[in-house]
Amino acid sequence: MRRYVLLRTVSIVPALLGVSVAVFLLVRLIPGTVVDQMVGTEGSYSEESMRALRAFFGLDAPLHVQYARWLGGVLRGDLGTSWRTGLPVTQMILGRLEVTAELALAAMLVALAVGVPLGVLSARRENTTLDHLVRLASLFSLSVPVFWQASMLILAVSLWLDWAPAVDFVSLARDPLRNLAIMALPGLALGTAVAAVFMRMTRSSVLEVMRQDYVRTARAKGVAEPGVLWRHALKNSLIPLITVAGVQVGYLLGGAVITEEVFTLPGVGRLLLWAVFQRDYPLVQGTILFISALFMVSNLLVDLVYACVDPRIRYG
Amino acid sequence: MAETTTLRPALRNGLVLFGTGIIVAMALLAVFATLVAPYDPTEMKVTDALQRPSLAHPFGTDRFGRDVLSRTIHGSRIALAVATSSIGIALVVGTILGLLGGYVGGATDLVIGRAMDVLFSFPTLILAIGIAAMLGPGLDNAALAIAVVYAPLFSRVVRGPVIAERGKEYALAALGLGAGGFRVVFFHILPNVLAPLIVQASVSLAYAILTEAALSYLGLGTQPPAPSWGTMLNEGRTYLETAPWMSVFPGLAIMLAVLGFNLLGDGLRSALDPQLRGR
Repeated sequence: MRRYVLLRTVSIVPALLGVSVAVFLLVRLIPGTVVDQMVGTEGSYSEESMRALRAFFGLDAPLHVQYARWLGGVLRGDLGTSWRTGLPVTQMILGRLEVTAELALAAMLVALAVGVPLGVLSARRENTTLDHLVRLASLFSLSVPVFWQASMLILAVSLWLDWAPAVDFVSLARDPLRNLAIMALPGLALGTAVAAVFMRMTRSSVLEVMRQDYVRTARAKGVAEPGVLWRHALKNSLIPLITVAGVQVGYLLGGAVITEEVFTLPGVGRLLLWAVFQRDYPLVQGTILFISALFMVSNLLVDLVYACVDPRIRYG
Repeated sequence: MAETTTLRPALRNGLVLFGTGIIVAMALLAVFATLVAPYDPTEMKVTDALQRPSLAHPFGTDRFGRDVLSRTIHGSRIALAVATSSIGIALVVGTILGLLGGYVGGATDLVIGRAMDVLFSFPTLILAIGIAAMLGPGLDNAALAIAVVYAPLFSRVVRGPVIAERGKEYALAALGLGAGGFRVVFFHILPNVLAPLIVQASVSLAYAILTEAALSYLGLGTQPPAPSWGTMLNEGRTYLETAPWMSVFPGLAIMLAVLGFNLLGDGLRSALDPQLRGR
């Protein structure tokens, strides 16, 4: 097990390096250079200012030197300085991380609470009207854009409950009840799409496990059907869900950008959008790198948890 | 002939037929949008602004008095154009890379594989936002961003089966008969890995529509006054309570279009994957 943990953990390093190269090159995709773009849209600059700007963005050196300098900073936890605010990018991201983490967690809880029981129910009632209805609902849910779902939720609660999304965010530590009231709807909006994925995965996994020999043996021994499901089948059916949950973290991080925008939540996603529209390239670069690293680390954790739960992985 | 037989159960499935019906209807609307739409989708008539749905304007009007029904119909054109062009590029590039990596193997496979892994390491929408932001907002750049995001999927879908197929007798026989590597890959192996590609393309079209709508909603895709569904939803945000029809109908259109491709993808997967057949 220790060997697997070590190898899997080390394997993330080249992937992270690859991502850092991609993010570094992303900013170089801009037609011309960052400086040309900014100068082109924001009036006239003297040659001296242009030189200063190039130095600010680290463009005054060969590409590999620029990358080495940038990577050196990243390794020290320095993602650069925001062009618009003058604040360290790392500080800006960490200041907003709580909101995004809470949103993703709330969405994941909604997804698990809705998706898994519905998946089990659907599998147990295979090919009945209930099964068809649940599957159809999951297909609809997968087809709904998260921003539209969020808008419709806001519309529904504002019409029926005379409620409006809060303008000011309150952290969980400061006022837990108010924080939960603010986060409930965004969590629900973001979580239902993932719930559909969980539901489909749970259904197919339960169906597969219920056809296994050991389940047949349990039945032959006279174990009652609820016992077969809860004691024998369900634990094994839920293992693949761990992997799906890992993949869905990526969806949640992407979906968080939109959900934060719709509900005006001050998270990392909204910071990315702000940076994009402000042409704050160091901030765009830092935020994308941070979110991707978060995604990769969460996938690593998922793989490690999977290895703990399923010994076949670590000995495979 | 064998393909026809395996596709039959999928075509008998009511949901697949429903999905196909949605896609065909959407394609027809897109092609004949100028004939079907009652008004010019960009024509402003401020005196008609924010009108409720009525006989004259079944989906109501927006803040500039533009007919929401006409804009929704024309929106299908943008959605389909972006989805098919971006997934078309992703399909071609991803398939070529997958075929190349899987067939040649060695260092080529390693380099392609690692590059694809890097692209997979980004959350899809974040990468699309990043690329669209750097290239600049616009329809073409959004399509390009979506293509880059989805190309690795096709590469991965193709690579595995190619590795399995390249050692089979028919491929070796073709080589023995003097066929070049190019001919073996494209004329002998590719037809045998088409099934997973078709399924992936169908599902990816659904995701491409969602991604284009998301980019446009965020202001990074189609730019106003072009009637993209995502842009329309963005414009409807401010009027959610006073003119909800501005948001309801374009959202329903996205949902139906995505549902159509999802249903088709599900049906094709069930029909073409022997393990799922009959489930």
